[in-house]
Amino acid sequence: MNSCYIHSAVSISAQNSFELEFLELFEISGKNVEAIAPNYKEYISPMVLRRMATGVKMGVAAASKALQNANIDKPNAILTGTGMGCIEDTEKFLNSIIANDEEFLTPTSFIQSTHNTVGAQIALGLQCKAYNNTYVHGALSFESALLDGLLMVQNEETKNVLVGGVDELGTEFVDYVRMLEDQNPNGIKVPIGEGASFFVLSSEKKHNVVELLGIKTSSKLSIHSLQNELIAFLSHHHLKPDSIDVLILGNNGDSFDDYYDEASKAFPQETINLSYKQFCGEFYTASAFGLFLGCEILKSQQIPETLLQHKAQKTSLKTILLYNQFKGRDHSFILLRQC
Amino acid sequence: MSELKQELKEKIIDILNLEDLSPSDINNNDALFGDGLGLDSIDALELIVMLDKDFGIQLTDPKQGKEIFKSISVLADYIAEHRKK
Repeated sequence: MNSCYIHSAVSISAQNSFELEFLELFEISGKNVEAIAPNYKEYISPMVLRRMATGVKMGVAAASKALQNANIDKPNAILTGTGMGCIEDTEKFLNSIIANDEEFLTPTSFIQSTHNTVGAQIALGLQCKAYNNTYVHGALSFESALLDGLLMVQNEETKNVLVGGVDELGTEFVDYVRMLEDQNPNGIKVPIGEGASFFVLSSEKKHNVVELLGIKTSSKLSIHSLQNELIAFLSHHHLKPDSIDVLILGNNGDSFDDYYDEASKAFPQETINLSYKQFCGEFYTASAFGLFLGCEILKSQQIPETLLQHKAQKTSLKTILLYNQFKGRDHSFILLRQC
Repeated sequence: MSELKQELKEKIIDILNLEDLSPSDINNNDALFGDGLGLDSIDALELIVMLDKDFGIQLTDPKQGKEIFKSISVLADYIAEHRKK
């Protein structure tokens, strides 16, 4: 079985994550927060760009840069995860059906409203006819794509896999979601966000890359069994809680943050606890931004100061565990190690 | 007729998201497809919907499109002759 390494990690988010060498994070505020758009024309031709909605632009640009950074022209597989798909064009298309009394339906927004548009546009841009799959599975969408990529590399089916998570805000549906959350005193407290994070997974070991040791996903997990599940996951990878230097958690301020409190109890006090959704917002594939952060921390051996609640005692950062869940469902553990 | 040509240029830029172009960049006799504006078959479908929605013109024969969408001038002449709105 091959090991799986992350050769590049690129993220478009509410932070300056796409352009900067290392992140200087700032806390975001507001109901919904858009991603910071890079200069898309550097990555996408203007004639193609004009038809693309936000999510497609973000996905194609992040994927292009991830491949560039990994020195790969065409990957052996393209795997995309998205919770809401191309909601912007879906809303546009459905609204035009209503406004025009089911007549005069324009093709562009319909064609681009499908969930697999991002994966398809990446493949079209690269003229890449390799295995191409899109996972739509709530807050496990990105993890499902990542798991597919990990298995492909580990089982020696392929050498280089492009994996990413994309979600866009859209214009209407997100406002109703926000309204519901705001009416609930235990609802999500961070802004609803958007973004695209892409990674190149490879079986080739290189200098200063991050190894993706494992992923585990569970649709349902009781809070009482969480610690046992975490310890079992670590044992499976021959690790114990004290082997984990950094625990990256998906806190979003809602009542299900209890899961994160419970998870952190399984680890010794020296383990650094970080949460990231106050920087990127909550969305179904926000955990891809968490993975991007994990990779940046391991590669640079630095944690952005704004992420740290207390001064870190660790001198070297070797192993990171990411834990995410959404509304008490869709739990995921991702384990990373510095090489 | 010049007002209709100006309206068509504005509509084409808006509907097809030709963000980098202004109406003055499109000459009345420029080819819309191929070497001119470089529009493609999806754009042709958008233009067919525009003709129906804004001018009440329904194109039933796809071969007609090739002639009608030759340039702004040709398109404006066709609309002036056949419009129902």
